[in-house]
Amino acid sequence: MNKENIKMMDIKNIVLRFGGVVAIQNISFDIFKGEIRAIIGPNGAGKSSMLNVINGFYHPQEGEVWFRGKKRGSMKPYQIAHQGIARTFQNIALFKGMTALDNIMTGRFTHMKKGIFSQMIWEGGASREEYENREVVEKVIDFLEIQHIRKTPVGALPYGLQKRVELGRALAAEPELLLLDEPMAGMNVEEKEDMSRYILDVNSEFETTVALIEHDMGVVMDISDRVVVMDYGKKIGDGTPDEVRNNQAVIDAYLGVSEH
Amino acid sequence: MLYREVGEFKTSYAQDSQTFPIKFDKYRYYFVVLVGLLFVPFVINDYWANAVFLPFLIYAIASLGLNILTGYCGQVSLGTGGFMAVGAYASYKLMTAFPDLNILIIVLLSGVITAFVGTLFGLPSLRIKGFYLAVATLAAQFFLIWLFNKVGWFYNYSATGMITSPDRSFGNFLITGPNATPASKYLFCFFFVFLLAWIARNLTRGKIGRSWMAIRDMDIAAEIIGVNPLIAKLSAFAISSFYVGIAGALFFSVYLGAVEVTEAFSIQKSFIVLFMVIIGGLGSIFGSFAGAAFMVLLPVALKNLLVLQFGWPVDIAAHFEFIIIGGLIIFFLIVEPHGLAQLWNLLKQKLRIWPFPY
Repeated sequence: MNKENIKMMDIKNIVLRFGGVVAIQNISFDIFKGEIRAIIGPNGAGKSSMLNVINGFYHPQEGEVWFRGKKRGSMKPYQIAHQGIARTFQNIALFKGMTALDNIMTGRFTHMKKGIFSQMIWEGGASREEYENREVVEKVIDFLEIQHIRKTPVGALPYGLQKRVELGRALAAEPELLLLDEPMAGMNVEEKEDMSRYILDVNSEFETTVALIEHDMGVVMDISDRVVVMDYGKKIGDGTPDEVRNNQAVIDAYLGVSEH
Repeated sequence: MLYREVGEFKTSYAQDSQTFPIKFDKYRYYFVVLVGLLFVPFVINDYWANAVFLPFLIYAIASLGLNILTGYCGQVSLGTGGFMAVGAYASYKLMTAFPDLNILIIVLLSGVITAFVGTLFGLPSLRIKGFYLAVATLAAQFFLIWLFNKVGWFYNYSATGMITSPDRSFGNFLITGPNATPASKYLFCFFFVFLLAWIARNLTRGKIGRSWMAIRDMDIAAEIIGVNPLIAKLSAFAISSFYVGIAGALFFSVYLGAVEVTEAFSIQKSFIVLFMVIIGGLGSIFGSFAGAAFMVLLPVALKNLLVLQFGWPVDIAAHFEFIIIGGLIIFFLIVEPHGLAQLWNLLKQKLRIWPFPY
């Protein structure tokens, strides 16, 4: 893995408020190119809000997001997608009316440039582009081992496979930074092992930088390079899994401290 | 036995994503097009053209258009009648202002004008969804009809307030006006249906179609894959209105010949086309045709059956027609909420493995 400590993303002093509620209080951390960065914390700590800030659903009141060495202005989520950031959701956000193949094909949206008139005629330009992108999608389908459900409407698939299709859609975009919001929620041990393997393989084969939120500590400690720990919107720990594991504030947040 | 995939090996992505993956379907499609092109024009008469073929073809275009908007992009519209009126009045103004302009170009330009108007009325969709959007498009319906009724410029200040289509021909064939032959009218509409259905298929199978469906199924997820909701929704409104405008232009100039706006393009038109889309199948090209056929052909068939076969009085037959069609709509929606297109697909699935149950 490429660990040259080049900052892919630098998050500086983010403050996010919803009315009187402060969801994120002055948080800063960075994501190195090529690493797997985990964000952990108890429920309601502000982890998902953090991802939403990174991919543009929320606009923080204070703070800056630097991506690939440039300060990012106020952008819409679709513009951020065009910059090469893809994500999955905690609750599966697939397009229920479409097949698995079409869902993953939507992930290629940012790579398809043909205009509307070319698509009306189809033959020639638009169809060629379609089949070129189909090849990329088929590689993703091979990688995730979901060839057999290619033409199945995603609504009819079991949960674990839906999660995999959603990962496939994010991967099809060939992102530089992949955000995963609880990729293993609600899975059994084998499915978790499969998903961990996919994440590690994506990271090493495609050199995709991954930022993930996960509650399964065993998985987080095994696969991530560095971990950010959040609690009540504050950062209480940051470092390698070993450092975090021995951090007193983190232990307190997870196990609770008795008030003497 | 004919309906089999066996022995059809697909070796390229082009083959895998063709419109009719099974040979039998492809031949059936060629057959329908050839009959429509080479057989129907020679036997068509005034009755068949005016009662069956012209309304079917024109409504098919309108329902293709609404299906793009409602079925593929998920934006409910009750303004179809108003947009058809835009197409009709645009074609009237173009025909009277530019007498030398070819009718083909007039119809296409009417579609383009309607596309602009539709995009304008589609702007609220960026803020509101679902039923609320339906109400907003209802405003378009009432406003447009009021406008065409009120402002004399649109009907060239004619005393009756009606618009009447002048004679226009394509090559040597008269297309509009009272002296046009049924065959030439039919072929003119057939050409547009063929072209527009082909374009609709191409748009919905590719990138832009997927962006519409993404917006329909989950707009938040659509944004994170890079779909700009503004462009996706407004393009759906524009293309949908283009179709509906062409349907309106043909409805006025080729089919009716003379139109009074509150009668021809009332809110009822909007509902009829919406029913076609829902009964035929949301998000299906075939469904648009099936729905149009259902709503146009069934009343004609029933009338023939009840009046000519059973000898019922015309007024009683007309009332029973409403009851039967209403009942059938409910029946079909209970049997298959996804419309005739889904029934058709299920039938094809069964045929594929027939005579085995699975």
